[in-house]
Amino acid sequence: VCNTAGVKFDSGVLLLSTHRLIWRDQKNHECCIAIPLSQIVFIEEQAAGIGKSAKIVAHLHPASSNKEPGPFQSSKYSYVKLSFKEHGQIEFYRRLSEEITQRRWENMPTGQTIQVNKDPQAGRIRAVGIVGIERKLEEKRKETDKNISEAFEDLSKLMEKAKEMVELSKSIANKIKEKQGDITEDETIRFKSYLLSMGIANPVTRETYGSGTHYHMQLAKQLAGILQTPLEERGGIMSLTEVYCLVNRARGLELLSPEDLVNACKMLESLKLPLRLRIFDSGVMVIELQSHNEEEMVASALETVSEKGSLTADEFAKLVGMSVLLAKERLLLAEKMGHLCRDDSVEGLRFYPNLFMTQS
Amino acid sequence: MSKQLDMFKTNLEEFASKHKQEIRKNPEFRVQFQDMCATIGVDPLASGKGFWSEMLGVGDFYYELGVQIIEVCLALKHQNGGLITLEELHQQVLKGRGKFAQDVSQDDLLRAIKKLKVLGSGFGIIPVGGTYLVQSVPAELNMDHTVVLQLAEKKGYVTVSEIRSSLKWETERAKQVLEHLLKEGMAWLDTQAAGEPQYWLPALFTELYSQEITPEEAQEAIP
Repeated sequence: VCNTAGVKFDSGVLLLSTHRLIWRDQKNHECCIAIPLSQIVFIEEQAAGIGKSAKIVAHLHPASSNKEPGPFQSSKYSYVKLSFKEHGQIEFYRRLSEEITQRRWENMPTGQTIQVNKDPQAGRIRAVGIVGIERKLEEKRKETDKNISEAFEDLSKLMEKAKEMVELSKSIANKIKEKQGDITEDETIRFKSYLLSMGIANPVTRETYGSGTHYHMQLAKQLAGILQTPLEERGGIMSLTEVYCLVNRARGLELLSPEDLVNACKMLESLKLPLRLRIFDSGVMVIELQSHNEEEMVASALETVSEKGSLTADEFAKLVGMSVLLAKERLLLAEKMGHLCRDDSVEGLRFYPNLFMTQS
Repeated sequence: MSKQLDMFKTNLEEFASKHKQEIRKNPEFRVQFQDMCATIGVDPLASGKGFWSEMLGVGDFYYELGVQIIEVCLALKHQNGGLITLEELHQQVLKGRGKFAQDVSQDDLLRAIKKLKVLGSGFGIIPVGGTYLVQSVPAELNMDHTVVLQLAEKKGYVTVSEIRSSLKWETERAKQVLEHLLKEGMAWLDTQAAGEPQYWLPALFTELYSQEITPEEAQEAIP
C-alpha cells in the first residue's frame, strides 16, 4: 500500500470485508491499517509492466473530521495504491468492485459482523465474518510464535555446543603446531575433515590451498570426468562461475559450495588430472584442459584482431563465440605478451596489433 | 575429537528433525541462525559436505540461490555494465524462481553473494544510500568510485558540479571517476541535458521508473 508521499507499507496481506479494506503486515502482525469501504469513491486498475507490479488505485473521499487515528492525520493525495507484488490483483479487483457496488455496509451496522451458524448435528459454532478471520489469524500467529520461540531456544542450546567444538578445535590446532613431528599425516587429514564438517576455518594455517581433504580429492576426480566434454565444447576453457552453475544445475541436490569447488580445483594439478585451475592477473579464475594452451590461442587472437584492425572485448567475444569475461582475459594476455596494445578511452577499451613490435 | 564430533552430530540431527522446516520457511530465523554461527566462528555454508548443509539443508538453498544470482547478473550485464541494485536482483530472482518456490529475502541474497566472491569473477557488494549495489564483473571499483555511486543513487545520475560541491573534489578527480564508470559500461552519458552533461547509472533505472510520482512531482524532477 502506498500513498505516493513515498510512504509504503510493504509485504502484507490485504483483507476485504463487507465494511472495510484491511492491510496487515506479514511480519509484524500488530501493524494493521484499515479504510472503510464507504470512503472509496471509485477504483481503477493499473496493469503490471516491466519492473512494476499490478496495482489497484482507490480514490477516496476527503477524510471526515471524526476519522479514526491512522498512519497520517491528513495527506495531500486523495488516493492510495495497492500493489500486488505476487498475484491476486485480478480477483481482488473483481471482489472489491462487487462490494463497492453492493454497498452492504449500509444495511449492516458495524460491530455486528458476526454471523453465527449453528450446525445442528455437531452443535459447533463457527464465527464467520471479519472477527472470525481475525481470530483464525491470531491463532495461527500464536502457533507460529510458539514454534519460533521454541526454535530459538533450541538454536541457542545448539550454538552453545557448537561453540565448544570451536574451542576444542583451537586447542587441538595448538597441539598440532607445537608437536609438529608427532602428528601423523593421517591425523592431520582427519582433523581437516572434522573442521570441514563443522564449518570451522583451519586455525593452523588459515589456508584454503591444500585445505583439501579426501572429500575434495574425490570431488576433483569427479569434476575431471564431468567437465571434459563441456570444456571441449567451449574451446577448452571455462570461468569458475560457469563451472559452478554447470555442475550444480546438473546435480540438482547436494550442491557444491563455491568453496568446495575452489578447493577441489586447487587439487587438480597435483592429482595429475587432465584439467587445471588457472588464475589470471585480474583475479578471474578459470578451468582449462591440460591440452589447452592459452598462449597459443593468443596467436590466433592476434590474427583476428589484425584482420579487423582493432577490436574491443565485446566485439572479439561475439566474433569468436566466447564469453566476454574470457575474451577480455585473452586480449589482456595478448597485451601482456606484447602482441597487442590498448587504446583506453571513454568509448571503451580497444585493442590494436602492437605495431611497435612488428614494425620498426 | 571424533567422539565430540559424533555427539554434536547427534545434537544437530535432533535440532534438524524439529526445526528444519522453520529454517526453510522463515527468513528471520535464517538470519538469527547465520548470525549466531558467525558469532561463534562457524560458517555453515563453507561446504556442502558440512553437517549444517547436510542436515539442515541450508547449503542447497544458498548454493542454488548463487546459481540464480549469477544467471540474472549475466543476463542483465550488457544493460547495466555489471552493477545492479539489490532490489532489482531480488525481483528478478523471485521471478525466475516462480510463484510456488520458497521465499527468498534480501538478506539471503547478500549471504549467497558473499559466498560467490571466492569464485573470482568479481562479485561484490557496495552499500549505497540505505541499500546495496551488487557488482558482478571484475571491474576495479575503489573508494572514489563507490562514493560517486552513492551520490548518484538519489537521482539515478550525477554531474561533475554535484561531485565538486558535495564531495569537495577537484574537477580532474571527478572526471577520472566518471570516465572509469563510463568505460566499464556502468554509467551512460547524457550530453543533451540542460546545463551540463549528466552521468546516469542504468543499474538505478528500475528504481526510478517504478516509483510512482504525481504530475507535480514529475514537473519538479525534470530540470
